[in-house]
Amino acid sequence: MTETSKPALSLGPVYFLWDGPKWRDFYFRIADEAPVEHVTLGETVCSKRQHFSEPHIAEVVERLEAAGKRVTLSTLAMVTLERESRHVRDLIRDSAHPVEANDLSALGLVKGKPHSIGPLVNVYNAATARMLAARGADNICLPPELPAGSILQMLAAMPGFSFELFAFGRMPLAISARCAHARSKGLTKDNCQFICGEDPDGLPLRTLDRQSFLVLNGVQTMSNTCAVLVDDLAPLVEAGLSRVRLSPQDCDMVRVAALYRAVLDGEMDGREALAGLAEAYPGVPFSNGFLHQKEGAAWVSRGRNAAVAHG
Amino acid sequence: MELICPAGTPAAFREAVEAGADAVYCGFRDETNARNFPGLNFSREELRQSIGLARAKGVETFVALNTFMRAGDEALWYSAADDAVAIGADALILADFGLMAYVAEKYPAQRLHVSVQASASNADAIRFLVEVFGAKRVVLPRVLTVQDIARLTRQIDCEVEVFAFGGLCVMAEGRCSLSSYATGKSPNMNGVCSPASHVRYRQDGEALVSELGAYTINRFGPGEASGYPTLCKGRFEIGEVEGYAFEDPVSLDVIDQIDALRAAGVSALKIEGRQRGKAYVAEVVSSLRKALAAAPAERAALVARLRTMSEGQRTTAGAYDKRWR
Repeated sequence: MTETSKPALSLGPVYFLWDGPKWRDFYFRIADEAPVEHVTLGETVCSKRQHFSEPHIAEVVERLEAAGKRVTLSTLAMVTLERESRHVRDLIRDSAHPVEANDLSALGLVKGKPHSIGPLVNVYNAATARMLAARGADNICLPPELPAGSILQMLAAMPGFSFELFAFGRMPLAISARCAHARSKGLTKDNCQFICGEDPDGLPLRTLDRQSFLVLNGVQTMSNTCAVLVDDLAPLVEAGLSRVRLSPQDCDMVRVAALYRAVLDGEMDGREALAGLAEAYPGVPFSNGFLHQKEGAAWVSRGRNAAVAHG
Repeated sequence: MELICPAGTPAAFREAVEAGADAVYCGFRDETNARNFPGLNFSREELRQSIGLARAKGVETFVALNTFMRAGDEALWYSAADDAVAIGADALILADFGLMAYVAEKYPAQRLHVSVQASASNADAIRFLVEVFGAKRVVLPRVLTVQDIARLTRQIDCEVEVFAFGGLCVMAEGRCSLSSYATGKSPNMNGVCSPASHVRYRQDGEALVSELGAYTINRFGPGEASGYPTLCKGRFEIGEVEGYAFEDPVSLDVIDQIDALRAAGVSALKIEGRQRGKAYVAEVVSSLRKALAAAPAERAALVARLRTMSEGQRTTAGAYDKRWR
């Protein structure tokens, strides 16, 4: 990595339902120990869960800021109810912090306010990124589905603009009005008893041939594999990538952040970091297929990177 | 309410026009639309002829350019928009902000409809699209109840079109990369979901196994009707229990709620099915045309036959009914 282009590390919002104290303690430890510069937080997946984290937001933000982290508040990924619309409007109007827009309703409301664009907004090309930047977005975390070719195109088209890469964590693949998680336990979304809280790292869904495939997280469906792009960063950083996002899993995220930081600082080889990540988040297969324009679930090791990425 | 009908081929287009469509929607034969299947869709010349035919009958033509422009290949989408405007499309159905910005700036008089793929599910989102791109109509994602829709139409200055019959996305449209995760082909960038090129059927003893990419999507016992392995309609295992984790192989049918949708302020009903044959299109369009004109009590008989033509031969009101959630 070159000296001039060390990207910042950013921590995305916890997508899972963790109980209030667990959620608070997670962020306290991030504040105290994790080498991340940006933290985006707040319930993003399901408005029904908001009361779990809300009582702790003020103290978490205070602790993070005292530790020098820059805090952004996340908006909901899907807004259909009046209550949800009101929540997003209030958040954007009243927030002393920048917000991350994760759906179209927020996009219309954030104009003129400091904001960034989350990975759940469809930004597939520079024309879209430019339009969002012109309306005031100062950072765009690109969707996990993008191949390296698209990312490089956007970096080249908008030099100096802050693009962020979803580089660690189970990937959000879909969201529905229906809660498959509640349904799997004989409940419905409207009477869910917050059953998704039983699965703080997602509920595994396997094929009938017992292949690991996806995990359910309330109304969101995620990959079973964990996106790990730690060994794919160099060419993107050289091309001007500004931030690298880590999406919280129920694992030692402080260690995960330290490994990514070490690689970005040129102090550790990507392959060595992979071994460390396998210890920090054991038992979960890694993937980087989307970046290499393959099945998202695929893993392409670096020996074959050049052929795939530029092929 | 208008009836907006699908056409995957010029023959289906003619059938839809004859059967009573108010407008027909279609796409070009490439990745610029979300039904990019082999053997489907229109060349520029076919679109020109079809628009001529429709116009002679007072029927409008909407051109769907509703995938997301792949960075570096934007020219494919821009030229599709240029050509659709030049050929005389009555509306362009768009999902990508970059493409909407291009059309709004270059062709300010062109009617712009927001595709379901854009997932505009609330008043603030739609106001944003109206303000920034001058959108005239939004096709709502299949995540709202009829009550939600009624509340929504009162708050916006934009026509609303909803899906009434045909295939049913379980996930918010345009925000799903499940198929891409399994196959590497992206619904958003390549216009294909659960593509046939990645489907395989395999006999395993007594069972017929359907696969998408490397993944088993379903397993049918002897005598059990098999179906196409659309990922979100597959059977999976969660905690030792096997079942349809997201949705059964059903399709959408909201004929029973026509009056409620009309009262909710819906401008147009949309029929899914550009991948279906011309006989299907003719049958569905003419039945729905009759149903729209019929008294509520007569509707059930009119559409009973249609249900037998649906995927899985079973239907659901989907998200329009709160209990579906």
